[in-house]
Amino acid sequence: MIRRQAIVLLALVGLLVATYLWLYKIGVIGELQCGTGGCEVVQTSRYADLFGIPVAFYGVAGYAVLFVLGLAGLQPARAGDRRLAVLVAALATAGFGFTLYLTSLELLVLHAICRWCIASAAIMTAIWVLALTGLRQTA
Amino acid sequence: MKGFYALLAVVAVVGAGALWYGSRPRPAPLPSAPPPVAAADGFRGYTLGSDAARVEVIEYSDFECPFCASFATVQMPVIREQLVATGKVRWRYRDFPLPGHQYARYAALAAQCGGEQGKFWEMHDQLFQHHEWAQTGKNPRALFRDFAKTSGLDLEKYDACTDGQRYAGRIQASLEEGERAGVQGTPSFFVNGKRFEGHATSDAFQALVDSLTRTRK
Repeated sequence: MIRRQAIVLLALVGLLVATYLWLYKIGVIGELQCGTGGCEVVQTSRYADLFGIPVAFYGVAGYAVLFVLGLAGLQPARAGDRRLAVLVAALATAGFGFTLYLTSLELLVLHAICRWCIASAAIMTAIWVLALTGLRQTA
Repeated sequence: MKGFYALLAVVAVVGAGALWYGSRPRPAPLPSAPPPVAAADGFRGYTLGSDAARVEVIEYSDFECPFCASFATVQMPVIREQLVATGKVRWRYRDFPLPGHQYARYAALAAQCGGEQGKFWEMHDQLFQHHEWAQTGKNPRALFRDFAKTSGLDLEKYDACTDGQRYAGRIQASLEEGERAGVQGTPSFFVNGKRFEGHATSDAFQALVDSLTRTRK
């Protein structure tokens, strides 16, 4: 149960971080509190959009779905629901893969680090690890 | 479990509050009022075309003005091709940010900072071609940085220029010059020093330039 609670909490924090980056990208927030300036380099790069949609929005959508699924998993009736655990693990794996791709772009292509993106990557990695270990327990 | 939901609620409320705080409109560096800094430097505006052109058109324009955007995107490409590229006309752009336009001065500043790096017209085109920013009312800082990046500007230098409002005095001087010349709205044009009164189309400019160059032959 604690593991699922941790996933829900992390997904909520990730949702807030992704929303922050998305609001910046669409012009609602004028300036990122980043410190190094790397955030704006990353966010104004051509990799900040995918299929015409800001990458941050994929994060918002992904974290929102993880949050809702995580909350569903906290209901007593779904405590041992393996299908739900598989769904969360699959989504977390996709999110983790996407995170790896984005982080590698920052490090290898853009040579700029966006702290908020790294925070999101760390959150998604933690969710992925928790989801996989949770999957093994429901096996 | 109740404690956990309470924790979630606290995180959600604090996070949403932080996002709301971050999204509040910030007055600087987007002044609508005349800036108190930086004196004019005698700059007479960026130009397109040959210095030897017989006809000079001065355009007083506002990047936030929809008519200016329409002129820049519909008429100006034809004018550039038929009149500027052919050496008939030298086109001079002057800033005339209207007081009712919240981000007009900031847009003018962004373009001037592009000009500092030799990319005024690239920024000019970006600001007018992607004019949605003028309708949203949102802080366009990030979007203008996108434009600067697309235009090939060094973003560090661009940031230093816009944050320091390096050309605010130049923009104000241009506005005052326009006011002295009787400009009341945008876009306004002067052809060889005489106010252009007609409907501003490429055909009208073509006809006027043809008549001026004919009489001078």
